[in-house]
Amino acid sequence: MPEVLAVNQLDAGTAATRTMSGPSGAKPRRVVSPRNIMLYGTLFVVAAYYMLPLYVMIVTSLKGMPEIRLGNIFSPPMEITFEPWVKAWSSACTGLNCDGLSRGFWNSVRIAVPSVIISIAIASVNGYALANWSFKGAQLFFTILIFGAFVPYQVMLYPIVIMLRSIGLYGSLTGLILVHSVFGMPILTLLFRNYFTSLPQELFKAARVDGAGFWGIYFKIMLPMSLPIFVVAMILQVTGIWNDFLFGVVYTTPDLYPMTVQLNNIVNSVQGVKEYNVNMAATILTALVPLTVYFVSGRLFVRGIAAGAVKG
Amino acid sequence: MTSSVSIRDLSLNFGAVNVLQNLNIEIEDGEFLVLLGSSGCGKSTLLNCIAGLLDISKGQIFIKGKNVTWEEPKDRGIGMVFQSYALYPQMTVEKNLSFGLRVARVPKPEIEKRIARAAEILQIQPLLKRKPAELSGGQRQRVAIGRALVRDVDVFLFDEPLSNLDAKLRSELRVEIKRLHHALKNTMIYVTHDQIEALTLADRIAIMKNGVIQQLDDPTTIYNAPRSLFVAGFIGSPSMNFLRGELVERNGKVVFATDGVTFSLEGYAAAEKLEAGRKVVLGLRPEHIGVNEPAAANAEVHDAVVDIEEPMGADNLLWIKHAGHTMSVRINGARRFAPGAPIKLVFDMSVASLFDATTELRI
Repeated sequence: MPEVLAVNQLDAGTAATRTMSGPSGAKPRRVVSPRNIMLYGTLFVVAAYYMLPLYVMIVTSLKGMPEIRLGNIFSPPMEITFEPWVKAWSSACTGLNCDGLSRGFWNSVRIAVPSVIISIAIASVNGYALANWSFKGAQLFFTILIFGAFVPYQVMLYPIVIMLRSIGLYGSLTGLILVHSVFGMPILTLLFRNYFTSLPQELFKAARVDGAGFWGIYFKIMLPMSLPIFVVAMILQVTGIWNDFLFGVVYTTPDLYPMTVQLNNIVNSVQGVKEYNVNMAATILTALVPLTVYFVSGRLFVRGIAAGAVKG
Repeated sequence: MTSSVSIRDLSLNFGAVNVLQNLNIEIEDGEFLVLLGSSGCGKSTLLNCIAGLLDISKGQIFIKGKNVTWEEPKDRGIGMVFQSYALYPQMTVEKNLSFGLRVARVPKPEIEKRIARAAEILQIQPLLKRKPAELSGGQRQRVAIGRALVRDVDVFLFDEPLSNLDAKLRSELRVEIKRLHHALKNTMIYVTHDQIEALTLADRIAIMKNGVIQQLDDPTTIYNAPRSLFVAGFIGSPSMNFLRGELVERNGKVVFATDGVTFSLEGYAAAEKLEAGRKVVLGLRPEHIGVNEPAAANAEVHDAVVDIEEPMGADNLLWIKHAGHTMSVRINGARRFAPGAPIKLVFDMSVASLFDATTELRI
């Protein structure tokens, strides 16, 4: 510590001598100025507007039903209870099943993990082939694929039911995984193609001269440079598939409903009293996965991995 | 001397666009060939065709006597160096150098031996453990050359390797590439748009325009006897002086006439082929015009006025007003002239060039 101090003093000394010749250091600013009041005031109001519903959800989920009936939705809980959370997770009833959201959570995991892996694996190879290996008909293939991104889901809903039924996958998780993988394909392929096109073409040429083949270049050259786009694709797919409701309710059976469908069934159940605290807890639980994905992988969102390959 | 790379009737079209048209080049073993041209002339495309990175539409390519027209790049016995270096960013220099060898499953001791040799030749031993991002531009290009070197190939292909470097580094690496060529004696094909690189490095230069080779000759011939007006104007800085005029008969001899002055064509190599009445362009290099120098008996001496001078250190470039047109003249840097000074120009017609005005070809 004393050494650091000494260094600081030395710095201060030289800085002092330097200031003789003119201004130095940061320009002094007033903290409280009309501009700052406007800026931070607006930011605060907007932040509060978005945070308020979350606040209401959290405090409500921690209250007991008698307290909720008092009607003060903004007041903090007088008596904190985790009973609604436990109930939402493990004993809330949907139809005949009374094992809470846990069943839907695991169903959703079993749907999302394979769908994300399969769709990203295939789409990245698609994008790589389209960007770097100009095969015959590549342009047509790409056009058709992109067209797929604009077809409304509703149009496809029933034809897919028939197709899944005829291959025996209707009502199973495998069928839903297949549907998610296929529907993720156009947009993900576009994403990967554009990313691989933006990488320097000379790298690809150099690897070909070095003798690497289709898969060699993909795994050894392209993949290590593509972490950012894989993270983007993962965020897109995880949140998209996790939040899906339509496909989940159409292509599965009540035992296999994903979390979103189950959440709906809990919140919208018509019999008995509305358990607002349980509903709030269930909703937060369902939203937790996409939230975690954003917070964790946002840090991995690193750019400029390919920098340094070209120009310095 | 055997032929190392042989290109026969090579054409390439993208749809209706002819990028390369009927090219024929024989490159000898150990030769340094430079493909020179402005951007869009097809020189890099031709190099990519030789490397096998582009499929050609017509013709054949032979390397070391083997028809490689449809071979994969790795089977052609070529190494390539790119303008942007194209080093794999996630690998260290050592891994960059060995990547091709590892793909080809070369035994480890052999890989180490070759890397050590390449690192020694290019003096990059201290850099082996670094990533490309930690290297300077010059170092990166050295590593890129090393990557071609370790592959132990017959033919080196360079695609504008020095264009991304600053001027000083460029001239340093240029000398190094020349030294490398002398040491290795490999065939090298080098694409550039920089005529200094072309003139200094090449055994032969192929000047390209619109996918066609305009002239394929050694640098001296290209410089002194350009085959066409395009080549004459492309090579040389500042550019050759062109005077448009006509051949007329004066006192029983054919002379060149323009803007009221005439030039006798005595000493011009193809003087007997000239007939009066033909529209021609006379080309004179700036350094082939003398200023106030003692003239030989049959030399052409004209009066002129200095317009402006551009001192460039070793040389002094004079812009001259001469009979209604402007010419550039290069003289020794020590000789200075004030604007407006009257001078006498001495023309040596034995080193001049004459081109037909319509075909633009050398007479």
